[in-house]
Amino acid sequence: MSPDAGTPAGPAATRPVSAETDRRIDELLTRFPQKGSALIPALHLIQEEKGYVPEETMGYVGEKVGVTAAFVQGVVTFYTMFHRRPVGRHHIQICRTLSCMLRGSREVMNHLRQRLGVEPGGTVTPDGGFSLEWVECLGACDTAPCAQINDEDVPLLDLRKTDALLEKLRGER
Amino acid sequence: MAYEKLLLRNAGRENSASIDTYLANGGYQGLRRALKEMTPEKLVEEVKASGLRGRGGAGFPTGMKWTFLPKTRDKPRYLCINADESEPGTFKDRLLIEKDPHLVLEGIIISCFAIECHTAFFYIRGEFQRGLRIFEKAIAEATARGYLGKNIMGSGFDLEVIPYRGAGAYICGEETALLESLEGKRGLPRLKPPFPAIVGLYGCPTIINNVETLANVTLIAERGSAWFASIGRPKNTGPKLFCLSGHVKRPGVFEAPLGIPLLELLNEHAGGMLHADRPLKACVPGGSSMKILPAARCDVLLDFDSLAAAGTMLGSAGGMVMDSSTCIAGALLNLAEFYAHESCGQCTPCREGTGWFVQILRRLEAGQGRPEDPDLLVDVARRVEGNTICPFGEAVAWPVASYVTEFRSEFNDHVTRKACPFGAASLK
Ligand SMILES: Cc1cc2nc3c(=O)[nH]c(=O)nc-3n(C[C@H](O)[C@H](O)[C@H](O)COP(=O)(O)O)c2cc1C
Ligand code: SF4
Ligand code: FES
Repeated sequence: MSPDAGTPAGPAATRPVSAETDRRIDELLTRFPQKGSALIPALHLIQEEKGYVPEETMGYVGEKVGVTAAFVQGVVTFYTMFHRRPVGRHHIQICRTLSCMLRGSREVMNHLRQRLGVEPGGTVTPDGGFSLEWVECLGACDTAPCAQINDEDVPLLDLRKTDALLEKLRGER
Repeated sequence: MAYEKLLLRNAGRENSASIDTYLANGGYQGLRRALKEMTPEKLVEEVKASGLRGRGGAGFPTGMKWTFLPKTRDKPRYLCINADESEPGTFKDRLLIEKDPHLVLEGIIISCFAIECHTAFFYIRGEFQRGLRIFEKAIAEATARGYLGKNIMGSGFDLEVIPYRGAGAYICGEETALLESLEGKRGLPRLKPPFPAIVGLYGCPTIINNVETLANVTLIAERGSAWFASIGRPKNTGPKLFCLSGHVKRPGVFEAPLGIPLLELLNEHAGGMLHADRPLKACVPGGSSMKILPAARCDVLLDFDSLAAAGTMLGSAGGMVMDSSTCIAGALLNLAEFYAHESCGQCTPCREGTGWFVQILRRLEAGQGRPEDPDLLVDVARRVEGNTICPFGEAVAWPVASYVTEFRSEFNDHVTRKACPFGAASLK
């Protein structure tokens, strides 16, 4: 999986992340009074590189911070932002909680479902471009109904804006 | 009425997040005063005298919380800033972090000086990536100008502020779950006592404060406790950020002294109801975990004690407004699904109870409700309340019991009509 064949730092063959991610994780280990605190930041780095947290990285990162692969798995599954499978290049997360629902989030999701042919929490579109997910209150209820696409906030959706957004994202790839 | 902007004094300015804007408008003067003119003990007394109560949800007096730290100094002390802001309906800390990060950071530095702490952790919810970037930049700017780091402003006081990004879990806003998460674990709340002030992060004495609470500390250091205590109402002092969302014309964050009338916030600040032909039906004043107020009881003042007297709570001041088109059972189902998803699962009443709420409300909404269902919801809520490790139990039991009790006939209608009376039009 590792794209960085040939870097001298560390045994790249057994290291399931790039040399750069490996280096950044090592930096994290001394950032906190206890190295256990580096786990969640390290998982963020892994997901940044891979798009998700692959099974084979769990033992690797666990060893760095001093916990078992099973412990890492428990942490990964507890936090909703960590994906255990690849998501689309554009991972569209629609807020489902009350203020957004009062302002029409269901309509937006149904529209996206139809346009993309995938279900929230389900598969990725065949071209790998899009996936859908319901998420809980994004702390942006003044912009309801709202979404996040990857890490970007998307305020005040309606059907027309949703269509325009899909066009734009399709153009981007 | 228009009020003097204190917490939002910079938020509307161009480049409001930059340290130059902040300094040009009197920034870091509170810190200067604290370091040059005050001792830690004096500062704690100031914060106590100001009457400041925590803005994270419980309204606990901030100065008093700080005095719970042990007198001994054999272990390091930590401050954890709660920027998890996940209570549905709440988006005020986001605004402070994105628009005026130095106001928050200055409050953090002053507070650390007061409680004699040299390492602070800024725990920000993972979804606030934009806010995190802005805050990291603020830390770098403040460090470069000598307001943070070693020997701050020549005072000999050292402080490091470490940002820490959460990863999606409402429960990590609960203070002990936050500590677990910071230690790299699942966010499972701890049994209290011991309280974090005694045994907190890494087993060391720890104070957890909300973002807005700490922004207020900056104001107190700048202008003193007597001035601060003159704002708002007795025992409910200072400026406050109020969020309003749902069926209002201009959803947003509004600053006013504690104690402004809910109807003033709704009609003047948020522009009134969204649709002229759909009157107010109900409002949740404090974030989704608080009890609901039917329209007839919305004539209340927004402060800790007034709302407690009205049978609900100010909570995180995340107000959610529902108009006459809203199915209350449907709204409750939406929230029950939130709580069922977010329960950490440690306590049986919470884990099982949230599942029951969803199941019962789903069948009510589907027209398959049973006559005993409304009572069953209240009964299960009673069994959850007071029987759990953390206050999440109350956070779900209160809305369930209050929505059913206040809108009983609507729940009954779902059963007798074998359908949701609001049909597909509501909550589409
Ligand atoms: C389920 C639950 C979620 C909470 N979420 C938050 C939150 O997102 N932000 C926050 O500041 N406080 C939250 N709190 C309250 C904290 O536990 C804690 O009381 C608060 O951060 C203390 O800060 P303060 O004294 O400055 O208000 C939550 C509490 C519970 C029980
Ligand atoms: S009350 Fe719920 S969220 Fe809190 S510790 Fe128990 S199971 Fe977890
Ligand atoms: S309910 Fe959607 S952002 Fe809060």
